[in-house]
Amino acid sequence: MKTLDFEQLFESKLANGEMIEPKDWMPENYRKHNIRQISQHAHSEIVGMLPEGNWITRAPSLRRKLVLLAKVQDEGGHGLYLYTAAESMGISRDELLDALHTGKAKYSSIFNYPTLTWADVPAIGWLVDGAAIMNQVMLQRTSYGPYSRAMIRICKEESFHQRQGYEGMCALAFGTPDQKKMAQDALNRFWFPTLMMFGPPDKESPNSENALKWRIKRETNDELRQKFVNQTVPQIDYLGLDYPTNSGIKWNEAKQEYDFNEPDWVEFKNVISGNGPCNKERIEARVKAHNNGAWVRAAAAAYAEKQKQKSVAA
Amino acid sequence: MKDSQGPLWEVFIQKKSGQPFVHAGNIHAFDKEMALQNARDTYTRRMEGVAIWVVMSSNIVSSSPEEQGSFFDPANDKIFRHPTFYQVPDAIKHM
Ligand SMILES: [Fe+2]
Ligand SMILES: [Fe+2]
Repeated sequence: MKTLDFEQLFESKLANGEMIEPKDWMPENYRKHNIRQISQHAHSEIVGMLPEGNWITRAPSLRRKLVLLAKVQDEGGHGLYLYTAAESMGISRDELLDALHTGKAKYSSIFNYPTLTWADVPAIGWLVDGAAIMNQVMLQRTSYGPYSRAMIRICKEESFHQRQGYEGMCALAFGTPDQKKMAQDALNRFWFPTLMMFGPPDKESPNSENALKWRIKRETNDELRQKFVNQTVPQIDYLGLDYPTNSGIKWNEAKQEYDFNEPDWVEFKNVISGNGPCNKERIEARVKAHNNGAWVRAAAAAYAEKQKQKSVAA
Repeated sequence: MKDSQGPLWEVFIQKKSGQPFVHAGNIHAFDKEMALQNARDTYTRRMEGVAIWVVMSSNIVSSSPEEQGSFFDPANDKIFRHPTFYQVPDAIKHM
């Protein structure tokens, strides 16, 4: 088959709503786009373990501690599903990790914000996982098979993350005045960084056009952001918390949805390019964990080699 | 592909006894035992299965998508392999 035929086959698969699988021919840019997006997603899951991991030893009760441990472990699992989905496009885990450790690869800007109080843990589960779910539900139908299958698995696990978060927010918002203050403070700090998770506005989003054309994404950044706000505002109301300062949240009767202020996109660019409050700390923690594990990998490889020799000799 | 994480494995999970093993995804591991443990920790944190198979990805043989048409061609025109091809009198039950 000539390249043209391959390309036609690829296009017709997309047009018919069929999935692209690892062995299928695909345009180089499709491959590149997916590797970038899937690996960014994987890095976000792994780096995302850090801000919440910060509170595991200081969780306020054994129940909350068990829940948080399970959630953080899930996020590690999500990273693993996604890394292997990216690897199926012909890049090695070493290359992927290296890109993260050297700052070449990006991850979600949200994880570069600190978790200052316990209230940040439920706020993250509620808002950050809530925003992630919105994106991931869409990605279940993404055009690359392994990515789509990883997303289906992940979505099944995410719903507990958001629910435990909202439950924790309820406990604080309906608790003592000090607890309610903590909840409000966490909402205030995480509101705009959460809105940033959907990416830059459509008119400034460089990767969106291809992503939509190739059915990698099915909804635009702005559409998802609006959907998230519509869903979340009544949840703020239920908690009896105030809308975050400058959030500009207001019901629009004509549009039948909420108006809201855009986050500060200059801040977003700053954080994404490495200058957020915790970027340095996050990467240092990942590099340290990776390097501390080097001897374990070496020992495991040596052991496997020795077993192989033994079975050959026997 | 050479990787400091060990070779890649395919993971298959049986949901319930008697059901087929279904592909779940991949993991990295250095040997069989570690592959089983990693598969368990990665793919069955919520009782998703009662048994696991792991096989090194390099041992998988796969048909190629480009030849899908010709490869499955022999089955294409054999409708007589399906029960609906045959006429059975209306009076006959349980068939
Ligand atoms: Fe996750
Ligand atoms: Fe999550």
